[in-house]
Amino acid sequence: MSTLSVRNISVAFGGNKALSDVSFDVGPGQIFAIIGPNGAGKSTIFNAVSRIYDVATGSISFGSHDILALAPHQVVATGIARTFQNIELFDNATVLQNLLVGCHSRMSRNMLADFLFLPSVRRGELAARHRVEEILDLLDLQHLRGERVADLPYGARKNVELARALCADPKLLLLDEPASGLNPEETTDMAFWLKDIKEELGVTILMVEHDMNLVGRTADRVLALANGRVVAEGTIAEVQANPDVQAAYLGVTA
Amino acid sequence: MRTLFKTSYAFDINHLVDPGERARVGLLILLALGLPLLLSDYALSETMMFLCYAVAGLGLMVLTGFTGQVSFGHAAFLGIGGYAHTWFLMQGVPFLLSLPLAGLVAGAVGALLGRAASKMHGFYLAIATLAFAILMETVFGAAEPLTGGHMGIEVPPIALFGHVVESAWQSYYLYLAVLLFLVWGVANMNRSPSGRAMIALRDSETSAQSLGVNIARGKIVAFFISTFITGIAGALMAHQLMYLSPETFGLNESLKLLLMIVVGGLGTISGAIIGAVFVSFLPNAIEVLRGVLPAGIGEQVGLEPFLFGAIIAGFIIFEPDGLYGRWRKFRLFLETYPYYKRASAVRQKRYLKTGRFR
Repeated sequence: MSTLSVRNISVAFGGNKALSDVSFDVGPGQIFAIIGPNGAGKSTIFNAVSRIYDVATGSISFGSHDILALAPHQVVATGIARTFQNIELFDNATVLQNLLVGCHSRMSRNMLADFLFLPSVRRGELAARHRVEEILDLLDLQHLRGERVADLPYGARKNVELARALCADPKLLLLDEPASGLNPEETTDMAFWLKDIKEELGVTILMVEHDMNLVGRTADRVLALANGRVVAEGTIAEVQANPDVQAAYLGVTA
Repeated sequence: MRTLFKTSYAFDINHLVDPGERARVGLLILLALGLPLLLSDYALSETMMFLCYAVAGLGLMVLTGFTGQVSFGHAAFLGIGGYAHTWFLMQGVPFLLSLPLAGLVAGAVGALLGRAASKMHGFYLAIATLAFAILMETVFGAAEPLTGGHMGIEVPPIALFGHVVESAWQSYYLYLAVLLFLVWGVANMNRSPSGRAMIALRDSETSAQSLGVNIARGKIVAFFISTFITGIAGALMAHQLMYLSPETFGLNESLKLLLMIVVGGLGTISGAIIGAVFVSFLPNAIEVLRGVLPAGIGEQVGLEPFLFGAIIAGFIIFEPDGLYGRWRKFRLFLETYPYYKRASAVRQKRYLKTGRFR
């Protein structure tokens, strides 16, 4: 099992420091939540881990892999899959096709073999399809299999994006606000799924989340971030009790 | 309304599992096979031109329809394919070898252009491909030893296994076979990882990348396949034109290809074929129309480009899904009658996409 370890990373956009000197470790089998006010740099951490942003200083490693040495499309092969804050699905494709792209990193691709659809390609498709069906079962999405994503409501898209990330067979799942835009009932479902994913699939989860209800119910550890700096780290109770965290959210009393 | 019950994964993998669709495609192929019996030699050669455009449209569809990379310069690849094929034939390369070689030459140039264009988007890509097309037209004119320059070059006839193919119906079947093979190949791509990677690139580069799709490589592959197919179309077209000159592959031709796939319906193989029907037979239809219209309008010089433009503008405004999209709506209407509602075909409002990384 692998640990994600983020060491002293800083990310700057021009003079604007989005992250300064942030360090934390996500151990195997944990659900680790990052909380913080808007603009605290939560999504920036995700974008640094998935190599969309370059970090100025610091290091990120996952197990024995040095993440910062990889190109963005190579990150998923180390076992890190992610979702996005503003859903990034392939809108003009069906749910099934979306999930099959999720399997992309585990499938062999050969342009010529694909063009001729050799028997090996069919075998690969069937194997990928098998994986997709398992995930559809887990998240209760079977009825949406053939729907075009553009025709789905928001909550369903959120789940499809989670399913797509799971199709990559990750060891670590980065979820950017899994509960945003979901109603209380859907949020409860999400909490159950996160636990299922952790316990049944043995996937470590790192999530950014504003819904304290969801964080309280699922997270083993919480990291509070404000203005690009770590304010507190610990269990949800410890973090909520921390006066610096309260000050970051509510301001300081005079 | 009939529901197709899927009992194995093969239903989602195999081509044409819907019996109705299978019957329609089968009928079309039968009709295509029987055409030489029905048509005069002139009409048959028009139909062969249509087959060339269908192949070229298929090529452009891979790039623009599936991968979302617009190209304003695809006629250049028709030209590269045509000239390369002619040159190979004159060197004594047999037709069956020369055809794929011409495709490979066009594909190699296309892959280079794709490498250069892999970081470009929308507007900039359009300008780059436009510039490439203008450049290539000049190159065709200047490279006299290879292309005959502006004087043009004569295309040797098709010869298979040492026999010159003389009758139109023989080459018609050859063209049809090439089209069917390429359609089958592109349909195969669409059900396998390479094709899905293209669709992923079209719809969201960011998440495609996070799922392991190499953006630059994917675009180069798309350019290669697209220009390979278009190059083959150019080689086939060369035999129909019989005489190649640089002006044949000018901007007009590029625009014609692009308009063809827009009118047919972006993002579907059927769209490319339907669009090819449209551009190939519209000029003939306009000729007929000229006879019917009063002389004042019928004899106007600009009638053809005017109608072309008007029809295309009409499609972009009223039916962005093209003729194939219209056909699908019509089928939905028939299948669900009398429960069809206008709203069934109305697109849901797209959710706003923000937070893009460029």
